[in-house]
Amino acid sequence: MIDILINVTLLAFLAITSVAILRMTNLFAIVMLYGIFSLLSAGLFVVMDAPDVAFTEAAVGAGISTVLMLATLALTRSRKRGHEGDYEEKPSRAHRPWLPLAVVGITGTALVYGTWDIPGFGDPNAPAQTHVARYYIENTMSDTGVPNMVTAVLASYRGFDTLGEVAVVFTAGVAVLLLIGGRRPKSGAKVKSEGGEDEA
Amino acid sequence: MDFFIDHYNYWVVIFLMMVGLYTVISRGNLIKKIIGLNIFQVSVFFLYISVGTVEGGAAPILTDGIELYSNPLPHVLILTAIVVGVAMTALALALVVRIKESYGTIEEDEIHELDHSL
Repeated sequence: MIDILINVTLLAFLAITSVAILRMTNLFAIVMLYGIFSLLSAGLFVVMDAPDVAFTEAAVGAGISTVLMLATLALTRSRKRGHEGDYEEKPSRAHRPWLPLAVVGITGTALVYGTWDIPGFGDPNAPAQTHVARYYIENTMSDTGVPNMVTAVLASYRGFDTLGEVAVVFTAGVAVLLLIGGRRPKSGAKVKSEGGEDEA
Repeated sequence: MDFFIDHYNYWVVIFLMMVGLYTVISRGNLIKKIIGLNIFQVSVFFLYISVGTVEGGAAPILTDGIELYSNPLPHVLILTAIVVGVAMTALALALVVRIKESYGTIEEDEIHELDHSL
């Protein structure tokens, strides 16, 4: 029972945080709120019996993502609007709220309609629990000798999947280096850019 | 009440998804768009982990005397997805830095105007 109570509360906190992120215009505050959002998700993963996922989310989501976003903020802030306006997001002129609201409303309604015949939360007889998961739970010890099933599946049963993941991360790292590594023009130097001249 | 408890997780997940989607569509600031994308992504993680949770089950680490475990498979998939997601976030943020270098702004409508005033 207490599990469900914590679950409900943390999910409500997450919903509130996401709305706050949407409503705020100060980018620094938004990035900090996103760090809180990630930390709350890590707590929720623990409640839902997924400690490995919680570790990763806390280290990678709340840690590395936040640092990356802060670094980007430092590199892209506009000095034109005075000191207070450094991290201020400009109110968008081109967008009317009605079309996005309609899209989101229709999509959300369709998805909620889809949850009507989904198995209930925590149902031990749901199809997801009765097929391949049973095999891992019963045979992990004899197949691999690793007590942590998540590790066993990640590094042994689906080792090639993880190898593919490493390839993806490597590719992303190379792409980031190609984009912003190496020649780093001082802001203010005339780059061969179209329209970047107003950056004094 | 049971129906509510059974579906509460999925409804909040859908709400978070829609907030993320709305942020991506309706806000012009590129960094805010990326954060909206991240919120959407985390909500998908919740969907998978919710599906894998078993009432009264333990974390999937083999222990003597425990019979009922949560489903380890969604955990593995989401572990992979989190790491790939951060790699993608880093790539997107690098693109934002490059856009700032070339255009001098990270607001979508200003970039659009600069593209059309050439």
